[in-house]
Amino acid sequence: MASNAAVPFWRAAGMTYITYSNICANLVRNCLKEPYKTDALSREKVHFSISKWTDGKPEKPSFCSVFIRSLHLPDMVANL
Amino acid sequence: MLRRASMLLACRSILAARARPFSTDLPAAPSADATFTEAWTKVIPNMDPPKTPLSFMQPRPPTPSSIPSKLTVNFVLPYASELATKEVDMVIVPATTGQMGVLPGHVATIAELKPGVLSVHEGSEMTKYFVSSGFVFIHANSFADIIAVEAVPLDRLDVNLVQKGLAEFTSKLSSATTDLEKAEAQIGIDVHSALNSALTG
Repeated sequence: MASNAAVPFWRAAGMTYITYSNICANLVRNCLKEPYKTDALSREKVHFSISKWTDGKPEKPSFCSVFIRSLHLPDMVANL
Repeated sequence: MLRRASMLLACRSILAARARPFSTDLPAAPSADATFTEAWTKVIPNMDPPKTPLSFMQPRPPTPSSIPSKLTVNFVLPYASELATKEVDMVIVPATTGQMGVLPGHVATIAELKPGVLSVHEGSEMTKYFVSSGFVFIHANSFADIIAVEAVPLDRLDVNLVQKGLAEFTSKLSSATTDLEKAEAQIGIDVHSALNSALTG
């Protein structure tokens, strides 16, 4: 049968829908007026903890809390 | 011989199709799990069966035989529920295929949303929200579930920031090198131009 319809430009560039949707949401949040903007920025935060494993045992985990905008996940995972 | 086999297959599939109702006509959903309670009472007749998640949920209303007069809208965000089973006359959603008006009795549809304005029409009042992206699920029983990551009323948006962002991303597009950067710049342009037309239009 016919192949899939033309993929959206972001998927052709290797981005997933979730990444696209989060980028859109961040851009909208950055255009808010002042009291709402500071409330919204707290929603952007991603809290996670990373622990490296060596010899089958986990090392001490490091807790981070980062704005999703500054997060480039593929690079981060590669640097682990 | 092969012709007879294909005829038999065709007959069987036609019969099956006639017997099966449309998957978009929803019957009322059960509010208790019948199979589970039966199996429980068979094994442990003395204790009451525990409640399953199904019994805590509100059952899905059936597809009415005549078109209802109001559309029931659930508009949810990850952090809040904007509208919860609100009865409205019409909603206009910014689908990727264009502005889509949803009236009661709309055919069951799943639509992806693009950044744009969502308007809820109730009587003579109209509430507008700017939606960043999301999905709308329209069910056959005139229930519409709109889910979005970020939705703001238009008066919370700052025009200057929008125009600054538009200029910034337009310049980023021309200076972008990798595919990913180009895609991000293009997304920025789409979102900011949608914001711009929402605020000025």
